Formats: sequence, structure tokens, C-alpha cells
Amino acid sequence: MRLAIREALLAFRRAPLLSALGITTIAFSLFAFGLFGLVAINIREALRAVEDRVELRAFLVDGATEESMSALLGDIAAFPEVREVGYVSPDSALARSREELSEFRDVFDASVLPGSFEIRLNDDYRDPVAVQSLADRITSYPDIEDVRFGQEWVAKLYRVRTISVFVGTGLGIVFALVAVMIIGSTIRMAVLARAREIEIMRLVGATNGFVRLPFLIEGLLKGALGGLLAAALTWATHTVVSRSLFETVFFTPTQVMIGVLAGAAIGFLGSLLSVGRHLRAVWRDA
Amino acid sequence: MSGVLRLDAATKEYPRTGVALKDVSFEVQKGEFVFLTGASGSGKSTLLKLLSFAERPTRGEVKVSGFSSATLRDGDIPQLRRRLGIVFQDFRLLTDRTVEANIAFALEVTGTPAAAISPKVGRLLTQVGLASKATAMPHELSGGEQQRVAIARALANDPFLLLADEPTGNLDERATRGIVQLLREINALGTAVIMATHDLSLIMRSGYRYIELERGDVLYDGTDARRLARHQ
Ligand SMILES: Nc1ncnc2c1ncn2[C@@H]1O[C@H](COP(=O)(O)OP(=O)(O)OP(=O)(O)O)[C@@H](O)[C@H]1O
Ligand SMILES: [Mg+2]
Repeated sequence: MRLAIREALLAFRRAPLLSALGITTIAFSLFAFGLFGLVAINIREALRAVEDRVELRAFLVDGATEESMSALLGDIAAFPEVREVGYVSPDSALARSREELSEFRDVFDASVLPGSFEIRLNDDYRDPVAVQSLADRITSYPDIEDVRFGQEWVAKLYRVRTISVFVGTGLGIVFALVAVMIIGSTIRMAVLARAREIEIMRLVGATNGFVRLPFLIEGLLKGALGGLLAAALTWATHTVVSRSLFETVFFTPTQVMIGVLAGAAIGFLGSLLSVGRHLRAVWRDA
Repeated sequence: MSGVLRLDAATKEYPRTGVALKDVSFEVQKGEFVFLTGASGSGKSTLLKLLSFAERPTRGEVKVSGFSSATLRDGDIPQLRRRLGIVFQDFRLLTDRTVEANIAFALEVTGTPAAAISPKVGRLLTQVGLASKATAMPHELSGGEQQRVAIARALANDPFLLLADEPTGNLDERATRGIVQLLREINALGTAVIMATHDLSLIMRSGYRYIELERGDVLYDGTDARRLARHQ
């Protein structure tokens, strides 16, 4: 084991440029994941804050009867999405508008504002699709004139989040594949550099596992280094954005650890996939 | 006497060059010294490759110690190799490290405890007569001395069988005699030796058993040195 680690470290010195390239590619792979992941978790934070306030307002047609209104109220309250529904009379709506927008007092006239229902949603039904479907259902009642909610920008935030998850995953995977290939070719170099030793090892009866071990360790170390580098880059980006633009949240330590481990896994995989093939190419048995 | 190896109608056929060994059968006893001879391309190296499991026979069976080509899995080959010593014409030393490091390497990579390595290397160097050259680099040694280092390395794991493929092919007569003498000493301590050589005078002088190959066939297997005199 000590010998294997020593050999693995030696490989860094033998091909420093290629090693650095491998580490950097893994770092970029995870940095892509990290950046877009950061966007995603921050949007999620924002959405969570917004979602608490997501509510629908269903405006009633003029002249809806008291009976049909209370029947409607019961129907709406029974929808699974709905946590709470309350009636806002035209008068109180007006009063509230006046209070909130005192400088526009003149604009409001009792006849302008119809009565409406204020609907609060259950936690699980705050995504755009669920909200839209509820809104459609409520709109279909003849007593309802119109349903409004902050659909546009909620939908937009959701879309940005989805896109960032996809782009991050996509870029991350592409970089990860490139990293696996680059690690593979550094392993090739390392195997060639040690062709003589490997030949002798095989000759005197070193096990295949023993011959492979230094290369696997090499890949693992490079991957972990790439992971740390990615964590540092992501942290730096987070700090710069937080200082200069707006407050953002960062990954939890556990998530950072997972990232570093993912790097180690990519490096290990790159080695594992190539070491057997390259070893077979160099061993000249007799 | 018990057999250390046996070939049973072993045939080796290469995809492009055809049959290198045809139905070869023979047995070697514990502690025996056997020469392998024959013209270039007659199959000597191929035979040694079968014995070290660097190649598998196309047909027939090769049995070395308890290991049979019919049943041995690739993953178990290292276990067999640890019990074999193998030396070549071109020494195959690691040129970037000292004589003692070359020998220690064989012990390190086969899992010998670190504390046992240095004393063992010392004993091996003494056995091959190179105790004074422990810290020399391979290029600072003569060919004969380099081959002695290779033999010390081959002996590192106490093999029961030593395979030598033209170990004196690159050496002058004096060095050749020294190497053969060393192999005889090793043999005398109980290790069976199979040595491939073109040098018929070596075989004649030794009086040992020899197997002569011709285009993959066993042409002769015995100790009659007078045949060789007629060859020459
Ligand atoms: N790896 C290989 N692939 C294909 N053919 C091979 C291979 N090794 C040996 N051969 C063929 O097998 C035959 C025997 O070769 P081998 O090396 O055993 O001969 P040899 O007796 O050791 O010859 P030399 O005295 O020149 O070393 C030759 O015809 C050679 O072409
Ligand atoms: Mg040969």
C-alpha cells in the first residue's frame, strides 16, 4: 500500500502537465454542476419565500346571488389544493385598496371592485402547473369573472430553475466524460512510463490488483483534488456574487463533501476504465 | 522422485505463424537440470512461455507443480510465478535503480514484509557472488554480473523451478562458464533448472539431460552427448 501510494505520487511528477489537465477538467466538471446547482438552490430559496405568499384571487361576476356564492365557496374549499378560502366583500376590498394605495384614493370607486374570493394554497400545490390547473377549474364556474395570481413570474422562476438544473447537469456530464478520457490518457502515460517495472512485477508474480493499485490511487487523488478545486471555485463565485450583487446561500458541508467524493469517483472511474487496457498493451511476458 | 512439471501432448499454435510446438510430452523431476536446445525458431522460448504460463497451450496440458493449464485461472498465475524463477538473455534489470534495489523490488511487489527484505537481499547477493556490488547501478556492471543480478532476483521468492532462456546468449565464454556454474550450484540446493541454449559444448561438458526441438517437435530427449558431437 505504501509502495502503491509512493508510485501514485511519483506519477504526478512524471507528467505534471497532463496531471494538472486531468485535475482541472474534473474541477470544471464539478464547477459546472456547482454553479448551476448554486443557481438552483438559490432560486429554490427565493421560490420558497414567494410560495408562502402564493394565493389566488377569484373575482365574482356582478350580481352573483348569495346562495350560489356560498355553494361556490364550499366547492372551492373542497379542492385538495386549497388550504383556506375567504370572501372579500367589495366594500372591504375597497377599504383595503385605499389603505394600501392611499395616494390613488380617488381612482377607487365602490362600483369598480367586485366581490372576490381569496384562496390560499396547500404546500404541495404551489408549482405553476398545479396553480394554473386550479385557476382553470375555478374560472369555469359561471359566477367567476376572472382568476388572478402571480403566474407569470412564478412560472419564470420555475423555468429558470429547471433550465439551470438541466444546463448544469448537461455541462457537468460533458466535462465529466472529458475528464474520464483525460484521466484515461494520463494513466496511459503513467503505464508506459512504468512499462519495465510492470513487466518485472508480472514476471515475479505481483498480482494484477497490486499492479493496478497505484494507477487507481492516482486517479482517485486527482479526482479528489479536482473536487476540492471545484468547491473552491464555487465558493469564490458565491462570495463574489454575495458581496457585489445579492445575498446567496451556499451548499451545506455535506453537499460539498459529496462533490469532492464525486470528483474522486470520476478520477477512479477514469483510471479503472483505462488501466486494464493499457496494462495489457505493455506487458511483454517473456 | 516427484515431478515438478509435465507436458502432455502440449501444442501451441499461433494465429499468424502456425504451429510452434507439436504434441510435446515430457516430465521433469524435482531437482533435475535439463537443457533445451534446437535451431532458431524450433520452439524453445515458446516451451518456456508455456511453463511460465505466459502462454497457454492450444491443445494438450501443461502442469507445473500443482498448477494445470486446464484449470488454472488467469488470476492465479501470479501465485505460480512466485514459485518460479525466470531469467532471460537480456537480463531485464531496472536501469534506474541499484543492484540491491532491483532485487528488493521483486520482494516488495510480492508482499514480503519490509523488515525481511534487506537481509534477504544481502543473502541473495552473496549467493550470486555480488555482495560487493550492492549499490552499483546495472550499467556499471559487466554482462555476466548483470545476469547474476537477474538470477538473484529470480531466486528472491525461493523458486522450486528456474527457467532460463539463453541466459548466456549475450556473454563471452568465461562469463558463460561462471553463469552455468552458478546455475549448477542453485540446482545442487534443490531447485530444478531448465535452460535453453544454442551452446552445444555446454551440454556436452555437463553430461546433463537435454531435450532437442526441431520445428516444434521433440527430436531427442536424453543424455547422449555423442549425438551432439556429430551435430557439430
Ligand atoms: N508471440 C508470437 N506470435 C506468433 N508467433 C510466434 C510468437 N512467438 C514465437 N512464435 C513462432 O513460434 C516459433 C518458435 O519460436 P520460439 O521463439 O519459440 O523459437 P526459439 O527456439 O526460442 O528460437 P530462438 O533460438 O531464435 O530464440 C517461431 O516460428 C515463431 O515465429
Ligand atoms: Mg528463443
